[in-house]
Amino acid sequence: MKTDELVVLLATGVEPVERHPVGRRHAVAMGLGLIGAGALMLILLGLRPDLGDAVRLPMFWVKLAFVAGLAWASLLAAMRLSRPGMALAWVPAALVAPALAIWVLAAFVLAQAAPVERPGLIFGATWTSCPGLIALLAVPVFVAVFWAMRGLAPTQLPLSGAAAGLLAGSLGALVYCLHCPELAAPFLGTWYLLGILIPALVGGLLGPRLLRW
Amino acid sequence: MTEQVHFDSTEARLRHALLQGRDGDAVAYHGFLNALTAHLRAYFRRRLIALPDEVEDLVQEALLAVHNQRHTYDAGQPLTAWVHAIAKYKLVDRLRRRAGKERLTDPLDAVLENTAELFSTADGEAAEARIDVHKLLAQLPERQRVPIVRTKLEGLSVAQAAMATGMSESAIKVGVHRGLKALAALIKGET
Repeated sequence: MKTDELVVLLATGVEPVERHPVGRRHAVAMGLGLIGAGALMLILLGLRPDLGDAVRLPMFWVKLAFVAGLAWASLLAAMRLSRPGMALAWVPAALVAPALAIWVLAAFVLAQAAPVERPGLIFGATWTSCPGLIALLAVPVFVAVFWAMRGLAPTQLPLSGAAAGLLAGSLGALVYCLHCPELAAPFLGTWYLLGILIPALVGGLLGPRLLRW
Repeated sequence: MTEQVHFDSTEARLRHALLQGRDGDAVAYHGFLNALTAHLRAYFRRRLIALPDEVEDLVQEALLAVHNQRHTYDAGQPLTAWVHAIAKYKLVDRLRRRAGKERLTDPLDAVLENTAELFSTADGEAAEARIDVHKLLAQLPERQRVPIVRTKLEGLSVAQAAMATGMSESAIKVGVHRGLKALAALIKGET
């Protein structure tokens, strides 16, 4: 077929495209992924029994803000990377900011604490299970966000996969907050971050394979 | 100075035509694709001096990609950047596939990049690709092939095509959409 004929074929009877496809697709994916992660958390782990008391602690909300900040920045990154030629601009800085903030807080908490209390602040009671459980809760979101990206046009595949994984990890951690009893900043800055980075790493590795178009 | 003015006016004109095309204006969209074809051909020809036979294949592959992904263009971003990212992605993807086949070393380093250059030159010569979209079309399942043939080759409206085939209007639309995506995938498989 001559290229001119292909152009005619493509232009003939062209239908209007849907509005805001990038935002819509990611919103649908996040909704479905969160439902999946929430169901998984309720079935396998359950809510923390003292959730009613925990919501009165400022640190509970600091923890939510830390995870939500990561989720927001990685959503922005995933959306930008879904469009060819869209620069990330200031988004990497927004991604680093929540991690830096929690580290500063953690350093402050550790400096204030007596030396014997420090290991407890870092390891808590659940450090062995925390990263793995966050990565597990991230799985439904991971699948959904990769589905969303496959319908768009990422051109930097490892980076796009990593952003999708980071979004999945931070939303998984957001759901995990409703189960997890840990509130110490040093714990969050270590094990939460590690749990969130597992799906990001997996996403970065799988991106070139799963996101090709 | 004049080159910059030419570039800006090309960018504005093409962007306007694409946005109109996205709202369903087939005439504007045809103009957009036509102009884009010439820019893409010049772009690929300059980068594939050693592989002139591949140029038209890539032009068609990139056109199909631009069409299938046109919903991902943000009206606030420069059109050049969007088109350039797609053209480069398709070029790199094809060179990788070739390298995988021929066990060549990675040829990507040889590809020089300059985003703005894409709209500053054009090559309007019509040409035939080695891949044949007609033949690829014949490989599609009926529920995708028939809607494309009716609406895109015979020029029927969606309603007319639905009437003529007994398919629902939404089945026609979905068939065209999925069929063109499948076509893009087939082109990749061929090369």
